[in-house]
Amino acid sequence: MTRVLAILTVTAVCFAFLSGLVYSIWQIGATTTPVDLPALLAGNLDDSGVENPVTAVLLNFRSYDTLLEIGVLVIAGIAGISVAKTSSLEDPELRTSDELLYALQRWLVPLTLLLAGYLLWAGSDRPGGAFQAGAVLAASGVLMRLGGIPMDFLRPGLMLRLGLSLGFSVFLLVAVASALSGSRFLAYPPEMARTLIVAIETVLTLSIAMVLLALFVSAPINNAEEPEEGGS
Amino acid sequence: MTPFLLYALAGAALCSIGLFGFILISHLLRKLLAFNLMGSGVFLVMVGLAQHRSGPDPVPQALVLTGIVVAIAATALAVVLIRRYYHLSGKTSLEDPAQNPPPAPGPRQAREAPHE
Repeated sequence: MTRVLAILTVTAVCFAFLSGLVYSIWQIGATTTPVDLPALLAGNLDDSGVENPVTAVLLNFRSYDTLLEIGVLVIAGIAGISVAKTSSLEDPELRTSDELLYALQRWLVPLTLLLAGYLLWAGSDRPGGAFQAGAVLAASGVLMRLGGIPMDFLRPGLMLRLGLSLGFSVFLLVAVASALSGSRFLAYPPEMARTLIVAIETVLTLSIAMVLLALFVSAPINNAEEPEEGGS
Repeated sequence: MTPFLLYALAGAALCSIGLFGFILISHLLRKLLAFNLMGSGVFLVMVGLAQHRSGPDPVPQALVLTGIVVAIAATALAVVLIRRYYHLSGKTSLEDPAQNPPPAPGPRQAREAPHE
């Protein structure tokens, strides 16, 4: 009885939430904006150093967001690693050694690495960029991990720390350097904007892939003595 | 009424479905899925609404892209924490403190002592 009552209450709350949302979306959709953001962006695109508007927003006009975002990612990665039982990384029995997967990998991993490189390079003038490339890179890392290819750099140590913090520290370094040289925080010098953006995107790709992969690997893995802990 | 407004409304519907699941479901992984559903609804509202008003708008698209990456990392961290919680306590849901006021004395010690 209480269960039914709870479901009914929650349903009512959710319907109220939904109707409030729909009403406000309808209202916002009917009004017109005083600021035309796309036109503003198109007018200033030449100053940003890249041709793709999304990349221009991410790494030039709103780069503060991206800086904080990679900071959040690094914190999430560090927290995930510190929770994990890292000793299980070295246990070869916990790796899947599926021959079919291994054969598939020999085709797929080079292709995904190539795709990640292309996405990173394409980000400056067409859809693509650091996040897509990082996600593809992390996916190929997950595939390699599942196939039992040893990845020593994921063990706790200098390489892991360096990989996790590389993107954030380079980004922060560029931001502070531009602030120290008389400009504002995160304001790139216009003649170097494209080079800086591509460089930042490259290290961001590595760091994003590293964070995602580290989080995937660091899920605590079952012990044989504890059967109720599910598969890895 | 453009199709893009329909996307925004579908995002609102996803949000409330996610809210329903987030409140009612007690299994932690399913709760996490419901929470992600809410997040996807928010992304859909942001992109759809902006596109409805002024055509494809790169600013909300970039913000949503940032949001997606943060959401992935937060979800992965939550999965790590949930697995750790399950590993230590053997439960898949957070118990109601009102129902059993004295918390079980050290589920961690009780479970880890035999093989230490």
